[in-house]
Amino acid sequence: MDNKLINNSKSDKFILFINKILLGLIVLIVTVPLLYVLLGSFLQPDVLLTKGISFDPSHWTIDGYVRIFQDGSIMRGFLNSILYATGFTLVSVIFTIMAGYSLSVDGLVGKKALMLYFIITMFFNGGMVPTYLLVRELGMLNTPWAIILPGAITVWNIILARTYFRGLPKGLIEAARIDGASDARIFLSIILPLSKPIIFVLALYSFIGQWNAYFDAMIYLEDRSLYPLQLILRDILIQNEVQPGMIGDQMARAELQRLAEMIKYSAIVIASLPLMIMYPFFQKYFEKGVMVGSLK
Amino acid sequence: MATSKSDTLPGNTPPAKKKKSGALAYIRKNYILYLFLLPAVILVFIFNYIPMYGVTIAFKDFSPLKGVWESEWVGLEHFRNFLESPNFQQIFMNTIKLSAFDLLLGFPVPIILAIMLNQLRKARVKKNIQLIIYAPHFISVVVIAGMIFIFLSPAGPLNAILGLVFDQPISFMSEPGYFRTIFIASGIWQGAGFASIIYVAALSNVDPQLHDAATMDGATLLQRIRHIDLQALKPTMTVLFILAVGGIMAIGFEKAYLLQTSMNIPASEIIDTYVYKRGLQSADWSFGAAMGLFNSIISLVLLVAVNFIVKKLNGETLY
Repeated sequence: MDNKLINNSKSDKFILFINKILLGLIVLIVTVPLLYVLLGSFLQPDVLLTKGISFDPSHWTIDGYVRIFQDGSIMRGFLNSILYATGFTLVSVIFTIMAGYSLSVDGLVGKKALMLYFIITMFFNGGMVPTYLLVRELGMLNTPWAIILPGAITVWNIILARTYFRGLPKGLIEAARIDGASDARIFLSIILPLSKPIIFVLALYSFIGQWNAYFDAMIYLEDRSLYPLQLILRDILIQNEVQPGMIGDQMARAELQRLAEMIKYSAIVIASLPLMIMYPFFQKYFEKGVMVGSLK
Repeated sequence: MATSKSDTLPGNTPPAKKKKSGALAYIRKNYILYLFLLPAVILVFIFNYIPMYGVTIAFKDFSPLKGVWESEWVGLEHFRNFLESPNFQQIFMNTIKLSAFDLLLGFPVPIILAIMLNQLRKARVKKNIQLIIYAPHFISVVVIAGMIFIFLSPAGPLNAILGLVFDQPISFMSEPGYFRTIFIASGIWQGAGFASIIYVAALSNVDPQLHDAATMDGATLLQRIRHIDLQALKPTMTVLFILAVGGIMAIGFEKAYLLQTSMNIPASEIIDTYVYKRGLQSADWSFGAAMGLFNSIISLVLLVAVNFIVKKLNGETLY
């Protein structure tokens, strides 16, 4: 798309050649670990440990996946995660869009003070302990609300939305106002239909952020039945805790160890695959999101 | 109220008051806009401003029975305890080192990547490479940590490769000396691709004619990158750098906590992980709040200082 006319000198051509090789290497560095886990999840653990990746079909197994589905704690975590991420996204996007729109209106009285009110929270915060004590005081410990509400409004997203709304054609809104449309009406029937891209971007960011988070759940939730997927994964991957339901029968310690290893691979794949498959379709929206933010 | 005000000073209303009555009329007329703001304002008040007040427990001896207000003031005692505790120096230096190295090593990579991608002529190839190198960004921190444990375990694939050269497998996760390298390298692996988006976009705004003209004048590729591309990236780099320095004390605490093992604590214990353990797990509320506050004050000072320095240097600023 750009200049083919340029006559690169010999040394420039050499640099461009090296550049391509390096980029190829970078692609390998990114993909090999991912493929290793994906393939590893289908391999018998002792084969993986001694021979590495093998393409001999007799070494393949789906035992890791079977055990995960049998146990059900991962599936329950999956459902919890969907619930938390959806709730969080709804609260976050709806309130952010509303606030962002109001702050984008020209001549809004008190806009400066309101912006200051929001922006201060970018620089100061109470920190982990006071926030925890508040959540406890509100009686939200060990409830989904502790996951959904505290982080729902981020100033950065409000700024993102405001910037987007400012870029919408003013004439349209003016015309509607002259025709006697109320603010609510303008927002619902003119602004919202034009805002699909920003809504989509904000929703994606919120959903994925919440889907991948574990920390709030770790400090606020106690019941295992409330755990989101990431917290279950943490037990399996980091704490090496295998759920009893995954290994039903009595087994030798060594065998247990091997199984635990295999379940790790399958658990990683199950947790990451949905996003990995979906994200290429959303890629352009992510780029858009970054762009809108950079225009601040 | 608005009418009574203008009644008291007929004909001679000072501009400020006139504006105020206009403001009230405006608010009354556009109350919907304020209604729209209400949920966000309330949520921010509850979850951002109340904890800011709650941080006063850093100067008190907080007891859950008495609450924030009733607990007794103890002044700077908790700060003194923290600063004088035997592991303060180690934890503080761990935090500084981890984030400083992370910033120094991690910051340039997305810029270099963007410039490398920008050299590709075929748009399709470029798109596909981008698609691949963005992917790790979408993996959760728990999974990343899990993958690190798998790859670096004494029986893992990395040791299998190293086994060709070394006799003994290296237990990376229990050696404090490897912690920072692992943390930073995995961060670059996961984040550099996605972080390059913004630089790629900035480069795509560069007028190709600039490059043409420079080439005509005999500039080499490297010269053009230095004098055209890097110049174009400077404003973006500046803003992102200031933000990164401001966030230095808040560095990837969720990942650091996951990567901690009882053996690598001497390098992996940073202020935030310690706040979590002392403040929440051991219910040492006031002490934890004091450490957290200490951390945020340093962040704020850093942010303001860097913004000031950068402003002096090249006129770019964050706010």
